[in-house]
Amino acid sequence: MSLIFAQDLTKVYALGEQRVEALRSVNFAVEPSSFVSFVGPSGSGKTTLLNLIGCMDKPTSGSLRVAGIDTSSLSRREAAEFRGKNLGFIFQDFNLMSVLTVYENVEYPLLVVQNVSAAERKERILTLLDTVGMLDQKDKHPDQISGGQKQRVAVARALVTNPSLVLADEPTANLDSKTAFRVIDTMHKMKDELGVTFIFSTHDRKIVGEVETIYTLTDGMITGKASGKGGGHV
Amino acid sequence: MFKLVKIALRNLLRYKRRTLLTSSLIAVGVTFVLVFVSSSSAFKNLMISQITDSMLGHIQIHKQGYMASIDSLPLTLNLDQKDIEKLEKAVNSMSGIKAYSPRIKFAGMFSNFMETTNIRVNGVYPDKEEAVAPLLPGRVKQGEKVIKKGEMFIPELLAKGMEVKVGDTIVVIATNRDGSVNGKQFRVGAVIESVTGPGGRDGYMHIEDAMEMLRMDQMEVSEVAIRLDDFDKLHSVSAALDAALSDQLNKAGKPVFDVRTWEDLSPFYNVSRMIEVMTFFIRLMLIAIVLISVMNVMIMAVYERIREIGTMAAIGTKPGKILFLFLIEGFFLGLTGTLVGIVFTCAVTYVINAVEISFNFGRQIGLVLSPRLEPGQIFLISGIVILVSILAALQPAYKASRMEPINALRHV
Ligand SMILES: Nc1ncnc2c1ncn2[C@@H]1O[C@H](COP(=O)(O)OP(=O)(O)O)[C@@H](O)[C@H]1O
Ligand SMILES: [Mg+2]
Repeated sequence: MSLIFAQDLTKVYALGEQRVEALRSVNFAVEPSSFVSFVGPSGSGKTTLLNLIGCMDKPTSGSLRVAGIDTSSLSRREAAEFRGKNLGFIFQDFNLMSVLTVYENVEYPLLVVQNVSAAERKERILTLLDTVGMLDQKDKHPDQISGGQKQRVAVARALVTNPSLVLADEPTANLDSKTAFRVIDTMHKMKDELGVTFIFSTHDRKIVGEVETIYTLTDGMITGKASGKGGGHV
Repeated sequence: MFKLVKIALRNLLRYKRRTLLTSSLIAVGVTFVLVFVSSSSAFKNLMISQITDSMLGHIQIHKQGYMASIDSLPLTLNLDQKDIEKLEKAVNSMSGIKAYSPRIKFAGMFSNFMETTNIRVNGVYPDKEEAVAPLLPGRVKQGEKVIKKGEMFIPELLAKGMEVKVGDTIVVIATNRDGSVNGKQFRVGAVIESVTGPGGRDGYMHIEDAMEMLRMDQMEVSEVAIRLDDFDKLHSVSAALDAALSDQLNKAGKPVFDVRTWEDLSPFYNVSRMIEVMTFFIRLMLIAIVLISVMNVMIMAVYERIREIGTMAAIGTKPGKILFLFLIEGFFLGLTGTLVGIVFTCAVTYVINAVEISFNFGRQIGLVLSPRLEPGQIFLISGIVILVSILAALQPAYKASRMEPINALRHV
């Protein structure tokens, strides 16, 4: 069964008199353990689509199933619970909590979301921090590390709850291209190691070279599907 | 849960200056209120004890109807021998009563053989009166401390006006209940400080002298004054006395006895009420200060952290936990302010006691204000402040918990 299944997915924003069709009858499916990107210029509907998949917004029409759940059936509270259990998030602006250390930022989702024993928690966090290459920085605060480092911490945070799907909306937009490649590389490595599905969006076609499936979004419609190399970027 | 507390505390520390300002404001408010409450209640208690212990007693019992014409000290509304016996029985069998003193009160003329003025006289048993009004001997300015037969305690006001001294002979003339006039010579045994308020012209003589003057064959008293073991039990003992005496009915089927506390007997009760009302309003002001300052800080905190709230919500933090996080922050603001305030209060109270602020209450001079911190007050004020802090955080916290993650994350 597909991890994500979208059928005639449509999202219309009503701004007073004005109607903005951010997504128009989008159809696609994502299989487990895949690495997918949505590429399109600003305003093409990437954020709208990822918000729908992330159960933070509801479609105007059409259906969207994520991990077997019809997302439009969830209440606010249920959606929060669903996100905590099944999804991981990586943001364009990193959005680490400034009062928490690197270690505590990765720990946070485990505390609020799931009941994991202290010993296992520690083990998971340290392993993940090691994998993303941030173990030696674990006691620093977000304002003491670089953007690329922040985003790698964010990757660890997104993965700490063992989600089946990680959503990353333009995770590299605020990074220089070398750092961007490194972050994508880290994500790809995690996908290979943990079998987690990654979906990320970008307006920058250059960085998606190694991605397995690439959807092109134009004005809220999928205008292309391509398969990348599927291998790791070097 | 524990980690949420940690996050809340770190958030408060993130804006050190603001947190410091708000909690100091609360601390100053708490200090002010606690010092005010303890000082005003010290003042009030001092005032009440001056009034009750120098003359009034805590409770007085009269014959029904006496109170209505108390100003003229009627002799026709006295408690008779039988009433007194019943009353003594009731008082003796009741717990919480330290002493009682029967008094014959009457209005008379006071003469130094050249001039005449009016006087109010209390005929008392010296030992019983002293047990009920322990400050009475302390009021003696000149002369002996004990009321002896054939002698009188003369209030200072009268002694000055009539130019009499201890040892002088004076005459007191009074009309008895049948209308016949009688006079008797007394030696001035002591000149006493006049009390503030009613009773300023009250003199004392032995109760047997009073009986003789008024030609009473049998004991009759105008009132019985009572002193309690514990002043805080005033209302319960008064109610118990009332209940114990209420079955004594006169021929008309009305109760014979009329039990009154000092509150009914002294105009200073209104002053003490005023102090309580002021205390109430000052507490209300504290509540307003805490409410406004905590709410202000929490509204700012929520506004500044919209994206962070969005992130927390996106990651899967349930609305209830977000609400809780901000409530904890409000709670800690209130708690810190309260704790610091209590420390300040202890310091200020210590200083007030050390410098011995003294004041005069009517003719009693040099009374020292000695505020004491009552744990009950501290708990009450702390409880109010902390509760109000949480309440003040409630609205901003609720707003935070209701934020849609997509809108919050878009916020710059
Ligand atoms: N909350 C909103 N209200 C109104 N219009 C919106 C809102 N969010 C996005 N849009 C519009 O929807 C379209 C798609 O936006 P978005 O999904 O953010 O695109 P992208 O992420 O690819 O830049 C744009 O035209 C944008 O202006
Ligand atoms: Mg976008």
